[in-house]
Amino acid sequence: MFYREAGDFKTSYTEDNQTFPIKFDRYRYYAVLVFAFAVVPFVINDYWVNAVFLPFLIYAIAAIGLNILVGYCGQVSLGTGGFMAVGAYAVYKLMTSFPDVSMFIHVILAGVITAVVGVLFGLPSLRIKGFYLAVATLAAQFFLVWLFNRVPWFYNYSASGQISAPERTVLGVPITGAETAPWAAYLFCLVFVTVCAIIARNLTRGMAGRKWMAIRDMDIAAEIIGVNPLKAKLTAFAVSSFFVGISGALFFSVYLGAVEVGEVFGINKSFLVLFMVIIGGLGSIFGSFAGAAFLVLLPVLLKNTLVGGLGWPTDLAAHLEFIIVGALIIIFLIAEPHGLAQLWRVTKEKLRLWPFPH
Amino acid sequence: MKLKLATAAIAAVMAAGPALADLTFSALSYRTGPYAANGIPFADGYIDYFTLLNERDGGINGEKVNIVECETGYNTEKGVECYESTKGSGALVYQPLSTGITYQLIPKVTSDNIPLHSMGYGRTSAKNGKVFTNIFNYPANYWDGASHAVTHILDINGGDISGKKIALVYHNSAYGKEPIRTLEELAKKHGYELTLLPVDHPGQEQKSQWLQIRREKPDYVLMWGWGVMNQVAVQEAVNIRFPMENFIGIWWSGSENDVLPAGDGANGYKALTFHNLGSDYPFYADLKKYVVDTGKTAGAGDQLGTALYNRGMYAAMLAAEAAKTAQDMHGTTAITPAMMRDGMENLEMTEAKMAALGLPKFGPEFKVSCENHGGDGFGAVAQWDAAAKEWNLITDYFQSDQEILAPLIAEDSAAYAAENGITPGC
Repeated sequence: MFYREAGDFKTSYTEDNQTFPIKFDRYRYYAVLVFAFAVVPFVINDYWVNAVFLPFLIYAIAAIGLNILVGYCGQVSLGTGGFMAVGAYAVYKLMTSFPDVSMFIHVILAGVITAVVGVLFGLPSLRIKGFYLAVATLAAQFFLVWLFNRVPWFYNYSASGQISAPERTVLGVPITGAETAPWAAYLFCLVFVTVCAIIARNLTRGMAGRKWMAIRDMDIAAEIIGVNPLKAKLTAFAVSSFFVGISGALFFSVYLGAVEVGEVFGINKSFLVLFMVIIGGLGSIFGSFAGAAFLVLLPVLLKNTLVGGLGWPTDLAAHLEFIIVGALIIIFLIAEPHGLAQLWRVTKEKLRLWPFPH
Repeated sequence: MKLKLATAAIAAVMAAGPALADLTFSALSYRTGPYAANGIPFADGYIDYFTLLNERDGGINGEKVNIVECETGYNTEKGVECYESTKGSGALVYQPLSTGITYQLIPKVTSDNIPLHSMGYGRTSAKNGKVFTNIFNYPANYWDGASHAVTHILDINGGDISGKKIALVYHNSAYGKEPIRTLEELAKKHGYELTLLPVDHPGQEQKSQWLQIRREKPDYVLMWGWGVMNQVAVQEAVNIRFPMENFIGIWWSGSENDVLPAGDGANGYKALTFHNLGSDYPFYADLKKYVVDTGKTAGAGDQLGTALYNRGMYAAMLAAEAAKTAQDMHGTTAITPAMMRDGMENLEMTEAKMAALGLPKFGPEFKVSCENHGGDGFGAVAQWDAAAKEWNLITDYFQSDQEILAPLIAEDSAAYAAENGITPGC
């Protein structure tokens, strides 16, 4: 009915190749953007920002980053937590060393630093593949966490080894620290998410993304048709780590404000982001958002219904939460092994034919 | 099981439903996760104390107490969520029982003007009330604890420990790293040799650390552990036949959970404490009459009298007393978090007060002031009696080495003030 190509004529290649070729989809996308940028900042409060939006947006960036590496380039990584830690500590060192520089620049620089570290740890991927690469990145995870715990320079020699974000601004508006207005923190992260998602989407549709996918599908064949595996794998590591670094920087500076590396960026974080990518859908930008939403928002929603709505004891609710989320993950993956993104794709196909499926 | 769950659920709904009380206290507890064994008794003690006040006295000066519990799982992200979700309910004071969450909340509560009480944990330099206006850590902090342990060792050795070897086994996190600086300063003063042995979260794997202890044979081992790490350490110490009376844990390494698994071997293990232990108090008779016998205990109700239950009770008692102080100061019974802050800042715990509450000699006497949010740093040493399965205080409350600690606190809080652009003042 409303969701179809018919009657939507394209007169140029650019139009034909756009991300959302269907008119309805395109307008829906604009509507979401307008809503997120122009409506949400006016209505949110501390709770919504700190418990719902910030974790969702920041995890979405991390999931996009990991999706590029795992979903598009086929290199399994368990080092996400470690790379997020690199981003966090990089932004901490930058914001304490150069207090007057805008946070935008600090966060982007933190991403660049993480990209360099990511390339270093990506070098073994040229020789080792699959599960073995996963183990190599696992080493990165443990090494990085150990490093940030061990070398006092990284945490400015504070007595406890914690890093805390002092107040820093963008155009005079505080973005980190306790005085941050909810809308400021939200918009800051939203800008990063939007830009990251657009960059990632366009990278994966372009030559770089095709090379990554060729490597993912069969690296020998890719090499024969002229894809340089060194370049392809390392660019995937670099781009992925760049996004993961940005998310780590935001996670520390905007969301938590104080971080202890072993607890926040431990191996659990690596698995959490990997699960987001798998549940959301490998090789899909939308899937990264869906996976992040699923694993961040569902526990909060369950907690609020069980404890806030029904008044159950907190420990009972916490245990039930594990059971329900776990069961849902299994159900979703049985129903659709390719993740939530594939469910969405199937829905779109059905919508195109609706209401006359034959 | 289903029926039990359903009854529990209904009971909880009934309990939560009519709570239209005026004084709200938040309990950021953890009854799940790797630290649950320690989180449960503390949370139970904290809640039971307020339940007793409600049942026996009708609340605090006639204002019923409402407890909002939120499960953090000792996880900082959930801690943020819990803080934001309970903040709106007008919670008077936060006690997260986690150093990580405390660090996160320090700037937040200050900007929201809600007091935070990190009793025996958190950021030590928060003792300096000139910089940390809304943070309180009375009656004692980690650096006091480090000094207590060293003072105790000095007492045993007749005041001279130069050349002795002391090892610190610590949880490799903000919490565990806290005492290092103090112990190093004390080493300069008393001339002992300090060895640092970090243990990574959660602490189940400590073989190499204890192998090192066996090899280097330190005279004393101090421990900064939490959760499962404590039990493993005590068991490992037993395994290498380390003399238990030379093994001293901080107060967070001194609960029944930590020593019971090691059985008789744990006999003689020492732990610091800043409150009294056991259940031999007139208060417990009231607790039995109004809370236990009426089935209103929090959790399973099987933690009464344990070290951490008493600590939860003590935390609740200090909060309730601060609320009373605030009510007196402001001449109103319905206090706000800002008034509660004033109450905490003017809190004075005396022996007479504690005796009137039915808890004589339960904690040290101290007085909070605007400059000093941390009390006077009194603590005691307890020893585990494996045969009787109980902790006994073997010393009186004694003061930590203020001469060493005061400059350290001034230095650390000044660094925080500079980093965050705070002008110290009272």
